[in-house]
Amino acid sequence: MRKIRVLVNIVAVFTLFFLYLPLLAVAFFSVNNTKYGLVWKGFTLDWYIKLFHNELILQAAWNTLVLAVVSTIVSTLLGTVLAIGMDRFPWPRRMNTVLDMILHIPVIIPDIIFAAAMVVAFGFLRLLSSMFEPGLINMIIAHITFQTAFVALIVRSRLVSIGKDVEEAARDLHADTPYLLRRVLLPLLTPGIVAGAMLAFTLSLDDFIISFFTAGPDSVTLPLYIFAAVRRTVTPQIHALSTIVLLVTVIMVIGMERFTRNVQVN
Amino acid sequence: MKGLFLKGINKSFGSVRAVDNVSLEIQSGEFFTLLGPSGCGKTTLLRIIAGLELQNSGQVILDGEDITTLPAIKRQINTVFQSYALFPHLSVFENVAFGLRSRKVPNPEVEKRVNRALDMLEIGQMSKRFPHQLSGGQNQRVALARALVNEPKVLLLDEPMSALDAKLRSQVQVELRRLQQKLGQTFILVTHDQDEALVVSDRIAVMKDGKIAQFGTPNQVYDYPDTRFVAEFLGAANVFSGTYRDGLFHSEIGILKFDRAPSWEHGEMAIRPEWIKISDTEPEINGVRATVREIIYRGTNLDIWMDPGPIRVRSATTDSFKIGDQVWLEIAPSELVVFDE
Repeated sequence: MRKIRVLVNIVAVFTLFFLYLPLLAVAFFSVNNTKYGLVWKGFTLDWYIKLFHNELILQAAWNTLVLAVVSTIVSTLLGTVLAIGMDRFPWPRRMNTVLDMILHIPVIIPDIIFAAAMVVAFGFLRLLSSMFEPGLINMIIAHITFQTAFVALIVRSRLVSIGKDVEEAARDLHADTPYLLRRVLLPLLTPGIVAGAMLAFTLSLDDFIISFFTAGPDSVTLPLYIFAAVRRTVTPQIHALSTIVLLVTVIMVIGMERFTRNVQVN
Repeated sequence: MKGLFLKGINKSFGSVRAVDNVSLEIQSGEFFTLLGPSGCGKTTLLRIIAGLELQNSGQVILDGEDITTLPAIKRQINTVFQSYALFPHLSVFENVAFGLRSRKVPNPEVEKRVNRALDMLEIGQMSKRFPHQLSGGQNQRVALARALVNEPKVLLLDEPMSALDAKLRSQVQVELRRLQQKLGQTFILVTHDQDEALVVSDRIAVMKDGKIAQFGTPNQVYDYPDTRFVAEFLGAANVFSGTYRDGLFHSEIGILKFDRAPSWEHGEMAIRPEWIKISDTEPEINGVRATVREIIYRGTNLDIWMDPGPIRVRSATTDSFKIGDQVWLEIAPSELVVFDE
């Protein structure tokens, strides 16, 4: 037994090492004072400074942010409404199963299939309006499409855990629907909505495949930029950029943890 | 017409008839109990009264007003839910104030009424706490205050005692009874606990399979059950089956006389264990020679199982019986209940 426990610990440590070593290496090279090579040549923030003078990167960062923020806001709204509608409307049981499946498909379907489907869909839409030329609007719509399912799933599980009792109690206590939503349902759903929004935001932030299929020349996002740049050569600037994205993600994960813990305590 | 009237209420879930043509008259100011085993439709009936469930047919009339299709939010009826269903994100004060605020009662009045309700239930000092910081009994009081603060015409209680431990439960039952008498409001309680029903109620409706099996004061339903189901649901009963012939009941324990002639030829009669008298000499009427088979000590009394039957008899703990003792049992005709079916 003890031997096994020691072995498990070693494997665990090794796994963590394996997961985080490449990320640490990226951070390491982002402050290494050399353009090529794996040798430490001293600490520098040059690559970060250059990064912030690179118009293309700044534009890509801006696009990424706009895409993530807009798609997250819209998908959080849609996902929450969808979840409430799916869970609280008295659907017949069979319809419920169908709805459940519909909700899970965008989550489990391979991104590449989803992306290809988007290309087809926008191809049709383009016949109606030139608004659907590849570009930021298409990307936002595509992102909303898959984010909504994630948000709805998370909000729905929260709805299930809240139960219908408190809603019935609110109705019994003369609350009309707007009052019930404002005073009971939305406050109780907030942790689920925030968790869903954060997940949607991070999914949008690092999405490559769907963005790649729907982007236009003016709507390059950071993942697309990094992909294009890496194909030429990996520069320390890319390391710096990756490190920043990594930090942002870490901060968001910590923030989310804190938030959910606070909510649970209350 | 004061009071709550249910007329021919029917409710089905799929192929299950939860409530089957129930009509009831509940007087204003009475403590009314719907008593029955789980799945008998009592909670569904309560939810129909609350407006949380819509019946398939039938009418609900409150103080002369037809509220059949009125939704819950417009009914002057409030509920204490089995799970209490307190709002976990609101303080005790705000929980209790909820019903007043949702009807836009002005703030000073909300404060006055909530504080009065909290004081009445002796939870005034907890007004700033949250439900998860309170005990089960305290949460129950919050749930009661939250409903009563709205001064409903009818207060519904859906098994409110089921989450409390036995000792607290019997204490709360008495308190609930006193509270109802003090307020003079109509209370309708749903429970599967016959003791609870007997303690608190002015009248009881015993339900089975969506129907009212019997309806009356606690005394009536306990002493004069119409059916075997009611007799056995409300406490212990010795039930004998037999034949009615020449004015006598020929049963498995002997030939018995009784007061009320049955409408059947083959049927059942019953007697409660505590109404059977044990004596050493043969009684004048309805004597049964019996042998002690098992003695169970219950603190307040002895439960003695006797052959033939077995007949269950309740006796004082000061009596000393041994297994195998031969005694005479007196089945008094006035205590023998004749079932309808």
